[in-house]
Amino acid sequence: MADVHRGSGSRIIRWIDHRLPFMAMMQHELYDYPTPRNLSYWWNFGSLAGIMLVIMIVTGVFLAMQYTPSASLAFDSVERIMRDVNYGWLNRYAHANGASMFFAILYIHMFRGLYYGSYKAPRELLWMLGVLILVLAIATAFMGYVLPWGQMSYWAATVITSLFSAIPLIGQGIVTFLWGGFTVGDPTLHRFYALHYLLPFIILAVVLLHLIALHRFGSNNPLGIDMKGPQDSIPFHPYYTIKDLFGLCVFLLIYAFFVFYAPNFLGSPDNYIPANPMQTPNHIVPEWYLLPYYAILRSITFSILGIPAKLLGVIFAFGSLFVLLIVPWLDTSSVRSSQFRPIYKWLFWVLVIDVLALGWVGANPPQGIVVTVGQIATLYFYVHFLILLPVLGKIERPRPLPSSIAAAVLGDAAGVAAPAAPMGRS
Amino acid sequence: MWPTRLAKLVAVAAGALGLLLIQQQSQAQETPPLPQQQWSFDGIFGTYDKAAMQRGFQVYKQICSACHAVKHLYFRDLAALGYTEDQVKAIAATDQCTDGPNDQGQMYQRPCRPSDPIPGPFPNDKAAAVANGGVAPPDQSLIVKARDGGPDYVYALLNGFTPAPKGFQVVSGKYYNEYFPAHNISMPPPLSDGAVAFADGTKATVPQMAHDVVTFLAWASEPNLDARHRIGVRVFLFLIVGVGIFYAAKRKIWAAVH
Repeated sequence: MADVHRGSGSRIIRWIDHRLPFMAMMQHELYDYPTPRNLSYWWNFGSLAGIMLVIMIVTGVFLAMQYTPSASLAFDSVERIMRDVNYGWLNRYAHANGASMFFAILYIHMFRGLYYGSYKAPRELLWMLGVLILVLAIATAFMGYVLPWGQMSYWAATVITSLFSAIPLIGQGIVTFLWGGFTVGDPTLHRFYALHYLLPFIILAVVLLHLIALHRFGSNNPLGIDMKGPQDSIPFHPYYTIKDLFGLCVFLLIYAFFVFYAPNFLGSPDNYIPANPMQTPNHIVPEWYLLPYYAILRSITFSILGIPAKLLGVIFAFGSLFVLLIVPWLDTSSVRSSQFRPIYKWLFWVLVIDVLALGWVGANPPQGIVVTVGQIATLYFYVHFLILLPVLGKIERPRPLPSSIAAAVLGDAAGVAAPAAPMGRS
Repeated sequence: MWPTRLAKLVAVAAGALGLLLIQQQSQAQETPPLPQQQWSFDGIFGTYDKAAMQRGFQVYKQICSACHAVKHLYFRDLAALGYTEDQVKAIAATDQCTDGPNDQGQMYQRPCRPSDPIPGPFPNDKAAAVANGGVAPPDQSLIVKARDGGPDYVYALLNGFTPAPKGFQVVSGKYYNEYFPAHNISMPPPLSDGAVAFADGTKATVPQMAHDVVTFLAWASEPNLDARHRIGVRVFLFLIVGVGIFYAAKRKIWAAVH
């Protein structure tokens, strides 16, 4: 594919490209890259996530230039950034709210994948790499939240690291090892800072693998059927570059609203109180994007077969991510898109409500009705993935699939006759 | 068959209603909802009212600063209240700051300069606690951002020193406050009518002083709000134009393939 420039490119670029075909690769992957012609706006969230990751790294690097990761200075250094560093407040609010935006994008992106069966063959590894990005993002966000060293920072670090003490025999040793001492303290803050700086670059590497896997077979689409020829696809540029730019601008409006007009809406007021190991906040609540896992963790209030409740809670909370990882094999239906799955379509929305309910449970103190709702929602989460998904694939009668993307989008006149066949599972 | 089912349904509904009522009642025993105030810094065009901030600073200086520090503020920051450079210098000079060590190796006191942090009333938290019945008065420079309800909460708290309801046992050495969690607050009622004399002739009622000092403290915890709001409006205009241009371009480019 070398030397395919459309007459652009100077002699120097052609000389370089002959030896290092970077421009040719860009041409192939960003310009000509054949993309289904029927992608909806739900397909904007992949590139949005990538852009948001870059914004987080850039704002993060500038914050790191002013931040001091020591228990006695961290809180004041953040205030220094807010008050005395030029546009420090803008940079910090962009970073803090950017984390929330990144998770909102990731979750929409993943629910889109669940709705349209984007995880099905041959895109299993693409999906699994995505789940890995989510796990890394959770770890990064958690450690980043500890850095301002406010009350919630300190107590979130204490609660979450203490989870490892649930591991039998070696648990307490692991916790001491993680803390670098016998409580959350200065060594903990230092290592969290080092890891918080490192992990985003690992995410970036996994994103690259995610893109390689994506470009192997191209994007899934709302119909969930494969591209069968040139009539089904359009080049990425200019069609999707302009659509992504438009979507980006709309997204930035929402992001800017939070940064400029509600910068602390998504945060906890307690985190403007300096960390105090002698005083526990009334309610220790994680950021909104971790609430469903937190709800699952707290919902297991009983032991089973002698396994203590705390350990079970940890297993089920982490298990929710593991279940996502193996979704490609839990879903036995050969039809990707929910548009052609009359029953799954409803179950998908029940799952959305279930996860929102878990979020509500996570945000409220575990008393009375909250506990019951949390336990039902936790049970349903697992029932959805471990029972309903595998069984439904066997008993559901999917609606007939269109013969091709072009036929469905442009009407039968333009459609090249192609035999309708269920997708995928070769 | 039916009557028992119906009875069950009624029982469940009654139970749920009961739970709801219990929850509401327990909330009633806690703190009442915060009355919403009008603040000059509300909304997307909101800015701090400089006259209110200057009155609020006077309240802080003459009343609050006896116990509460504002450790994140420097005298130079007071220029944002509308004071001139000379006024800031004069305000700073009324306080004593510790400097040194000098050539004899001694720390010494001198009048404060605009570049100094505003000194607090106590040398450290332990000293603050022992002078105040065992509880150190919290620093005020982030108080508005560090409380649920923000300015409305601090305002309600300053106006919330009501007589304790019948049967409520106020802990000895504490004071009843309607809006303080669990109602026993260590701070005695700080404001009383006419406690300060405002230079601009504003009548110093408790609600007026509370409103002014909260405006000052809101600025102290978020000094860049004015700039944030101003820049935000421009960013919004820029992005709205961007959305329009990109949408038009998208329509034009896609016209051929639709």
